[in-house]
Amino acid sequence: MNIFKKTIFSVLLSLLVMGNVNADKIRIGTEGAYPPWNSKNEAGKLIGFEVELAYTLCRYIGQQCVIVEQDWDGMIPALIMRKFDAIMAGMSITAERQKAISFSQGYADEVASLAVMKGSSLEGLDTSAGINLTKPNAAAKKDLKTLTAALAGKTVCVQTATIHQNFLDSGDVGKVNVRTYKTQDEVNLDLASGRCDAALAAAVAFSDYAEKSGKPVVLTGPTFSGGAFGNGVGVGIRKDDTELLKKFNAAINKARKNGDISRIATKWFGFDASM
Amino acid sequence: MDLELMINSFPKLLSAAVITLKLLSVSLIIGLLIGLFFAILRLNKSLFINRFAYGYSYVFRGTPLLVQIFIIYFGLGQIEYLRSTVLWVILKEPYWCAIIAFALNTGAYTSEILRSAFQTITPGIIEAGKSLGISNKVIFYKIQIPIAIRQSLPAYGNEIILMMKGTSLASTVTIMDLTGVAKYIISTTFKPIEVFIVAGGIYLFMTFIIHNVIKFLEKKYSFN
Repeated sequence: MNIFKKTIFSVLLSLLVMGNVNADKIRIGTEGAYPPWNSKNEAGKLIGFEVELAYTLCRYIGQQCVIVEQDWDGMIPALIMRKFDAIMAGMSITAERQKAISFSQGYADEVASLAVMKGSSLEGLDTSAGINLTKPNAAAKKDLKTLTAALAGKTVCVQTATIHQNFLDSGDVGKVNVRTYKTQDEVNLDLASGRCDAALAAAVAFSDYAEKSGKPVVLTGPTFSGGAFGNGVGVGIRKDDTELLKKFNAAINKARKNGDISRIATKWFGFDASM
Repeated sequence: MDLELMINSFPKLLSAAVITLKLLSVSLIIGLLIGLFFAILRLNKSLFINRFAYGYSYVFRGTPLLVQIFIIYFGLGQIEYLRSTVLWVILKEPYWCAIIAFALNTGAYTSEILRSAFQTITPGIIEAGKSLGISNKVIFYKIQIPIAIRQSLPAYGNEIILMMKGTSLASTVTIMDLTGVAKYIISTTFKPIEVFIVAGGIYLFMTFIIHNVIKFLEKKYSFN
């Protein structure tokens, strides 16, 4: 009986100690399903641009970090409920999200694009290479018209709670049939199966899928930035956590100056997506 | 607590509950037919037919409904040959994939419920029919089936409620049912507690109605 009590006591004690150890670590939430931003390798370990960048930023902050996995659709609620202290999950800085949380300065640029299967009628749309929706110029407006006509009645698939969903819901490209999925993987699967006429996500998410699966996925139309697509990807932090926000902003400045962000971005994206 | 959000999301969630009820009723009707068919097969004396029917219910009761939906929706969608057949017209639609999964799932449970109900019918009742010169067919339709349905009402009522909750998995294959719309509202407001409380309340209300309808039927068709 005495041994039994001792065991319980030591287990409880170690739980207590573990809790304390975690208390001064910064917990960073990521999805682990949006390569090359963040994903998991075969062993189930979190990898990707943001995982590596998170550890780098924490070194500059001078605090230890734990990276926590969280489904995308519960990311912001989980931050607010203090399941972790910061989000680094390819999350673009948008006005809508800023109503709920704050963001650090941007650390990388996400460029969104439509993708279709090779041979689709939507392939090779006659548009400019890229448009910015913050203050759309004449060319951008013309492209939106082209897209509105091309996408009328089509099914466009996106991951739920993303800037891509927000853009399609905004009505900038008219009334399209929007289908939302829990993960980008599922979007890719249904694009390949033909259930989706087109899909909208980060351009790199499609090129990564095409490369790994060998499926003939091609980008079409202009690349999108600004407006509903936000202004770069930043670290999401609770509004009342101004201390941590300052720390991350300072760390991003240092990492940028030392070329760390460029180096890590080039390693994972194949080009310099830093900002 | 954001009361305003709860009030604003209520009508949207209510109209999404119509989709949930649609999914539920269509799969229950198909599932009941499947269940009755397999229950009759289970009563067959041929070992092969019996094993086949048992195998069906074993597989669909022994695997999670979510896995079944994923296999039918994402799994079958990966088979290139299937996409060139007529079947793809149905399998392309998330709605029908969900109905197929739900109907096969509830069909498996229903077949077990009906089988055990058939087996509780005492031989004396059937013999009484025979001694009156009624044909086997008429005995089956006019005596065995009505008794079996009455016997299975409580268990089947449970199955309806379980299935109603199961339809929430339709949201995983892009269907905008009650759970799907709730998730959609959360994706723009980031307030899961408020929205899920309202959605949960609507589910609870539907359970309340189903529960009372079954209770009423049980009373109406009681043997006493």
